[in-house]
Amino acid sequence: MNIVECTNVTKIYQQGRVKVTALDDVSLSMEKGSFAALAGPSGSGKTTLLNIIGGLDVPDSGRVLVDGNSLQEMTQSQLANLRLHKVGFVFQSYNLIPVLSAVENVEFVMLLQGIAAKERRERAMAILDDVGLENKYRRRPAELSGGQQQRVAVARAIVSSPSIVLADEPTANLDSKTGNGLLEMMKEMNERKKVTFIFSTHDRMVMDYARRLIQIRDGKIFNDQLKPG
Amino acid sequence: MYLQLGWRNIWRNPRRTTVIVTAVVIGVWSMIFLGALMRGVADQMVRNGIATLTGHLQIHQKGYRSDPVIENSIEAPSNLEQALTRLLPPNAHWAPRVRVNGVVSNARHSDGITFVGVDPAREAEVSFVKPAIVEGRYLVDEDEYGILIGEALAEKFETQIGRKVVIMSQDTNEEIASRAFRIVGIFRAEMEATEKQFVFVTLPAAQQMLSLHDGISEISILLPSREQVDSVAAALRHVLPAELEVQTWQQLLPMVTAVLTMYDSFIFLWFLVVFVAMAFGIVNTTLMAVFERVREFGLLKALGMRPRSIVLEVLTESFFVLVIGVVLGNCFGFLTTNALFRNGIDLSALSAGLEYVGMARVVYPIILSKDVITANLVVFLLGLLVSLYPAVKAARFTPVEAMAHT
Repeated sequence: MNIVECTNVTKIYQQGRVKVTALDDVSLSMEKGSFAALAGPSGSGKTTLLNIIGGLDVPDSGRVLVDGNSLQEMTQSQLANLRLHKVGFVFQSYNLIPVLSAVENVEFVMLLQGIAAKERRERAMAILDDVGLENKYRRRPAELSGGQQQRVAVARAIVSSPSIVLADEPTANLDSKTGNGLLEMMKEMNERKKVTFIFSTHDRMVMDYARRLIQIRDGKIFNDQLKPG
Repeated sequence: MYLQLGWRNIWRNPRRTTVIVTAVVIGVWSMIFLGALMRGVADQMVRNGIATLTGHLQIHQKGYRSDPVIENSIEAPSNLEQALTRLLPPNAHWAPRVRVNGVVSNARHSDGITFVGVDPAREAEVSFVKPAIVEGRYLVDEDEYGILIGEALAEKFETQIGRKVVIMSQDTNEEIASRAFRIVGIFRAEMEATEKQFVFVTLPAAQQMLSLHDGISEISILLPSREQVDSVAAALRHVLPAELEVQTWQQLLPMVTAVLTMYDSFIFLWFLVVFVAMAFGIVNTTLMAVFERVREFGLLKALGMRPRSIVLEVLTESFFVLVIGVVLGNCFGFLTTNALFRNGIDLSALSAGLEYVGMARVVYPIILSKDVITANLVVFLLGLLVSLYPAVKAARFTPVEAMAHT
């Protein structure tokens, strides 16, 4: 079964008196375990598509299925629930809650899910070890580098075993070495834990890492390429 | 989680939190302290009124209150003694008096006064007179010609202990009765007007001068507690003869009663004003904190936090601010009130105006538990209520708009 099914999705924004078509009749399917990138210039609609897949936004027309759940038929509360249990997010910036430590940020989603404190702590520490942040559990975001913050965000995104991780320009604020390290880590998570990753990016490095590259321009997919191997 | 997040969030901007906590502290302190001051003023007024011969209850002949003349005296008061002994609670005291209007004069001055004949022993248990003696001595039963006058009256009349004054009044034969009395004691009252108004002689001396035989003008009763007034009054009315009437201090001091009612309203209004001022500060500060964290709320929603959880989180921050403010405000309120309780607040500079409304020169603040509870509940519950507005605002941010916020 496909983890994501978008069928004829259209999204139009009103900007003052002007209507802007962010997505124009887009259809897309994604298999479980994909490591895909939505690539395109600014304003191409890649972030909009990512937001719609993640249940952060609703299309004006079309159908979206995420792990078998039809988003059109969901209330805001149900969408919140979907995001909590099925979707992990990594944003370009401002990923972490500033007053919580690294381990508490990772625990946060599990806390919302109602997981017991002991299990939360154990899993959070284990995943932080996995992303190379052992001994930094108690550091607050302000005490971590940009790359370390993004690693914590990735750890938080995958600790609750979501069906899919959506990363919106995760390397945009990182230097190339740090960005490279982050992508290596996410690729390893994808291969080891079979977590589906979908990126929204205009970073060449991210496009190179992706096994599937979906190019978007003016709200339409103009190229969808699965890389060999 | 809410507690941990809320506590840490309020300290993200320590200066802002300190300012709003200070506002709450000052608000709660002012509610408690000024409320205690107003209650102290009201209580002093009542105490002064009761001590200044009113007592908790009085018994008069019907008609005496509207026309306090010798003709409206209680005849054969000894018949009342049994009823009083039977009906009054333990530790209650009562005192008979003759009380008429008269004139006091000496070689230099003359003035209108209230001429009061008292049973010295009984009067000492009921009114302010005996402990108020500052010069000379109190009356004794044998004082046929002894008189107590107020310090202000002595000063006005340029007289002193051992000198004589003449009292004139109308007797039961409608003739002018007069007698010279020797000043044996001078008293100092809470109010100068009291010192100038009342002069005291023994009951037999007054009765003799006014040809009253054993008649009296009133019986004043002092109960162990103000709460017993209504029940004792009802019991007395039930057994006393129809020609006698029983009145409570509220009836005898209508102005004090009206002022007390006014004070309740003042205190309520003060609480309201303080709270409204504080509420604007709380709402403004919480709104600022919310709008500074738009992206964070977007992140929380993106992660799956429900809107009601976001409301709860913001309210938890207000909760901590209010708890800290309320606790500190109460502490300061109690400390400052207790510090002033021993010596009171001296308002002598305003004594002329204070006397007009029956206030004492020195005011002792009194904290009532109902005022403290009301102040705390008003600040805490209404503080949380007004915090709902920014909390709901935070919960309404959509993740997409919020995350895009700069």
